[in-house]
Amino acid sequence: MDLSILWFWIVAGLFIGYFILDGFDFGVGMTLPFLGKDDLDRRVLINTIGPVWDLNETWVIVAGACLFAAFPEWYATLFSGFYLALLLILLALIARGVSFEYRHQRPESRWKKWFDGMIIVGSVVPALLWGVAFANIVQGVAIDANFNYTGTLFDLLNPYALLGGLTTLMLFFTHGAIFVSLKTDGDIRERARKLATKAGVVTIVIAASFLVWTAFIAEFKLAYLVLAALAAVALIGAWLFNLRGSEGVSFTLMAVTIALAVLSLFTALFPNVMPSTTDVANSLTIDNASSSEYTLTVMSWTALIFLPLILLYQGWTYWVFRKRVSRRTIEAATGVAAPAA
Amino acid sequence: MNEILDPLALARWQFGLTTIYHFLFVPITIGMVTVTAVFQTAWYRTGHVKYLQLTKFFGQIFLINFAMGVVTGIVQEFQFGMNWSDYSRFVGDVFGAPLALEGLLAFFFEATFIGLWIFGWDKLPRKIHLLTIWATAFGSIISAYFIIAANSFMQNPVAYEMNEEKGRAELVNIWELLTNPVALAAFPHTIFASFMVAAGLVITVAAWHLARNQHLETMRPALKLGLWTMIGAGLLTTLTGDQLSLAMVATQPMKMAAAEATYQTVCGAQASFSIFTLGTPDGTSELFSIRVPYLLSLLSTHTFDGCVEGINDLQAQYTEAFGPGDYAPIIWITYWAFRWMIGLGMLHVFVAIVGLWLTRGGRLPKNKWVWKAAIWSFPLSLAAMIVGWIFAEMGRQPWLVFSLLKTEDGVSPGVTGLEVLISIVAFTLIYGILAVVEFKLIKKVAQKGPADAPEPHPETGLIEPSTTVY
Ligand code: HDD
Ligand code: HEM
Ligand code: HEM
Repeated sequence: MDLSILWFWIVAGLFIGYFILDGFDFGVGMTLPFLGKDDLDRRVLINTIGPVWDLNETWVIVAGACLFAAFPEWYATLFSGFYLALLLILLALIARGVSFEYRHQRPESRWKKWFDGMIIVGSVVPALLWGVAFANIVQGVAIDANFNYTGTLFDLLNPYALLGGLTTLMLFFTHGAIFVSLKTDGDIRERARKLATKAGVVTIVIAASFLVWTAFIAEFKLAYLVLAALAAVALIGAWLFNLRGSEGVSFTLMAVTIALAVLSLFTALFPNVMPSTTDVANSLTIDNASSSEYTLTVMSWTALIFLPLILLYQGWTYWVFRKRVSRRTIEAATGVAAPAA
Repeated sequence: MNEILDPLALARWQFGLTTIYHFLFVPITIGMVTVTAVFQTAWYRTGHVKYLQLTKFFGQIFLINFAMGVVTGIVQEFQFGMNWSDYSRFVGDVFGAPLALEGLLAFFFEATFIGLWIFGWDKLPRKIHLLTIWATAFGSIISAYFIIAANSFMQNPVAYEMNEEKGRAELVNIWELLTNPVALAAFPHTIFASFMVAAGLVITVAAWHLARNQHLETMRPALKLGLWTMIGAGLLTTLTGDQLSLAMVATQPMKMAAAEATYQTVCGAQASFSIFTLGTPDGTSELFSIRVPYLLSLLSTHTFDGCVEGINDLQAQYTEAFGPGDYAPIIWITYWAFRWMIGLGMLHVFVAIVGLWLTRGGRLPKNKWVWKAAIWSFPLSLAAMIVGWIFAEMGRQPWLVFSLLKTEDGVSPGVTGLEVLISIVAFTLIYGILAVVEFKLIKKVAQKGPADAPEPHPETGLIEPSTTVY
């Protein structure tokens, strides 16, 4: 197989990993105002992702770096083109990242409120904008003969892309709520499950409309239709199992939904990587955007050796931290008894 | 108006500011994770509870700093595409590979094991837990290697071939890229300099407490470790800096000429090193200077009778090779940055030697000034580090990739000055606020000092370190 095609799918795989993993981090952040009744609850929520958020976020860094190495033209056009949108994502990730570490450094509630706010905003903004960005990539944007984006930020905020943004936002929100019910114990676990049920209904409606709209853009490509349909089935399955209280199955199906949805978008895109709406001849394709054969060979060997290793040690981390987090665990570790809720 | 919104100038400011900002945290991370690992190893080996206290104490400072290193690093990864898209197109085939290797080999590793270390105190066996901090240290050093290999390609392009049809450089040999002579010298130089910065931090904190006669039990060994590390790392930084000078003269003679502000080619005794110069800012005329004969020849060629090419000769050579243009960097910046890097670094080795003498046999000097000087160790060694990079990067100008791509040709053509300005303002604001927050947090933690020694477990008699939660 042509290595550039292989790398198209590896890049897809890295983004799938990112959206599944950081997806529930964003979701947990967004549930703070819904599930975090008091400080102790909020600490429970944050500690469900405490040991893993950094490694989850690293998936996007690696995805970006691999995009640079395997498809320099795509990297250059995408990040210079979506400049302000990307800036917003970066600012949000900065605010969110420091907040996890700094929130617990001081006891004052005003201090904590600030960082709670930054976690919430820092989760909502990327969850929304990554969807907007990917929808725009699939739909195509104005690109000139030198492969430079010629539109503005507002061109990116078109109805289809906004629907894409809402889709990722809601998917991650539900994914996060289900994750909380999987990782906590006590009252919050039950509340998270109920929240996921409610959010799940909205998610199903929005995601279904987005996938249908995309079918038109993908010109009813068969592979797309199959994957999108499977994603829809998985999503409904996730919702049903959540209703029954099978948290593990529900969470797994949510991950499958996200994987299939991203995969279906990449399938719709193939063999383009960034279609141009100005002139088809200006479209970036797997062929004209990729690196040389030699670079791709080096990269392929590296990925072949290291990706399995990475999955292994990351899987081990999740195993080490498999225990549920509850108000009691936090109290025991901090030595502070919670004020009666 | 157009002057202010010049995308090139703004993009350069943006890159310089955000990279320097990222690099305030990086050397602290590289150095402090190692310091923490050393203390934890000491605890593991000896069981002395003071080492556990020191591990937790310096570990907390390291973590507050680490968060900033991570979030500012994400910006770095995307910036090449955002502000320097033509540069990304030109070098992506070569430059992308080390960045991707860094992500796959180092960042994942580091991000995973740091989580295990922070939260694993009560979940992992002691030995495995100790290994996680060493794994994090290893990851951070590997990460530095790859990023420096990438940067070294910009200083000294190797292992590439030009693809005229695509108008880009293409990688032909990854080993050659990773063993770029500039990288092989710059990597150890940067790592040892990072250890100096961490040593400076430890000295500063320890001196602050010892001057107040508090936490003697823990701060005495900390000071000792800091002082010895400063001396050892200082010597190694000097040795590797010397190697780096040789590599630099071989690959970018203009940078050495600019570092010394020598306009004419000079040989032997005339190839003197000026420690201090008064003159016009651009260095064209000299009013007064202190010079060490032969030193420049020694630095550049390791012989007494070597010659060092001057700016004027190099300018003529480059004009012939690359066409008309100005091929010299801004002289006063390279000249002074080079001196401040070496001067501040050497000063702290000296401070450390004096410090060791004054505290020999467990003495604590009464003189306030001694402690005041010691407390400056951290900020000044960090400053040495930063001006070193300013020298390396500004000295490369006008090239972005030396001899292949000029800085002005690398900027994103589609991005407007206004967009870059918006992002500069946004980054400056958020970075500025976070700098204050982080500094205050670290200061508070550092001034509070290590927590009291934990009580041994009532039944087993063992010390059970407390766990961490967010
Ligand atoms: C604490 C910090 C520190 C100290 C004491 C020194 N350096 Fe340094 N130096 C750095 C920190 C640094 C740095 C920030 O880490 C740089 C920037 C680029 C690099 O690779 O390392 C650097 C770059 C750098 C370069 C430029 C390389 C290039 O642009 O290609 C040279 C020639 C030297 N150093 C030489 C020296 C010498 C001869 C030193 C002592 C006698 C010395 N440095 C002390
Ligand atoms: C090893 C990784 C690094 C890479 C790949 C890199 C790359 C670049 C690039 C692409 C530019 C933009 C061109 C320009 O404005 O001249 C630049 C400029 C700059 N970089 Fe680096 N850099 C690296 C490390 C650093 C570090 C660690 C620092 C400082 C702490 C630094 C300081 C600067 C400064 C000050 C400029 C502005 C120079 C100018 O505008 O004249 N760089 N670098
Ligand atoms: C301009 C080029 C640079 C890029 C693209 C870059 C990229 C990044 C990224 C994405 C991270 C976050 C990793 C995580 O999530 O764990 C990071 C952190 C880090 N970077 Fe950079 N970086 C640059 C310059 C440098 C330089 C010059 C060094 C070392 C000499 C360095 C060493 C590190 C280290 C050790 C970390 C670990 C976290 C920390 O510093 O606290 N980086 N960098």
